[in-house]
Amino acid sequence: MTSLRAESLPLNASEHVVSVRQAVRQRAIEIGFSLVDQTKIVTAASELARNTIQHGGGGHATVEVVSDGVRRGLRLVFEDSGPGIADLPQAMRDGYSTAGGLGLGLSGAKRLSNEFAITSTPGSGTRVVITRWK
Amino acid sequence: MERIPILKMGGFLLVSIQVDMHDRLALQLQDDLTTRIAETSARGVLIDISALEMVDSFIGRMLGNIAAMARVLDAQTVVVGMRPAVAITLVELGMSLAGVRTALNIERGMELLSGSLEEAGRENDIAPR
Repeated sequence: MTSLRAESLPLNASEHVVSVRQAVRQRAIEIGFSLVDQTKIVTAASELARNTIQHGGGGHATVEVVSDGVRRGLRLVFEDSGPGIADLPQAMRDGYSTAGGLGLGLSGAKRLSNEFAITSTPGSGTRVVITRWK
Repeated sequence: MERIPILKMGGFLLVSIQVDMHDRLALQLQDDLTTRIAETSARGVLIDISALEMVDSFIGRMLGNIAAMARVLDAQTVVVGMRPAVAITLVELGMSLAGVRTALNIERGMELLSGSLEEAGRENDIAPR
């Protein structure tokens, strides 16, 4: 996978979630995503950006236009240096929440992406990478 | 402070969300709307989301909360104008907005609200005092 263009955005306040949504929308339009695909990747980005702020204590998002030689896609990386997640399978389950939410953030974002990867180290942070291809 | 306007139309409150809401703004709307229902004794709330390009789990939960709080205050809520791409994404995300009444557009939403109020009025007339 080669990176064609990348930008990094801060995630420290609830307004930043809106900025990430708008940046992702703009790139998705440029790549030529359908309206439904745009909406899916923007919604996934919104869920993960909120997680970075609420659970990770802030961090940043990287919005990257990528190519695998045949097609283009959008790769989003969300990183924080917060407390990390001790039990990933539990965190990935629908309806599991520690913040009083609906517990759809991680599981929902995974369903809305083509590729999903999460790594987390208790005490040092969490990194979520999603990709959606055109 | 930034706020989403709430309009009063007869016995109904009308909200049209025209901005990409951050979470605090969504919570503010939830509080404001609940307060206004009590203040105005509104029997119905119409929320137009036709300008929203995305509804994530937070906004979905806000819509559910508004509908629940309104119900407790004896008002009905109808969410109107959801874009098809938003509906597809919301269901795939895992939300079906259970407990929230929806209509395709404002006109149908108004009909739904007026209709259910008339019905409630008739039931009250028949009920023994």
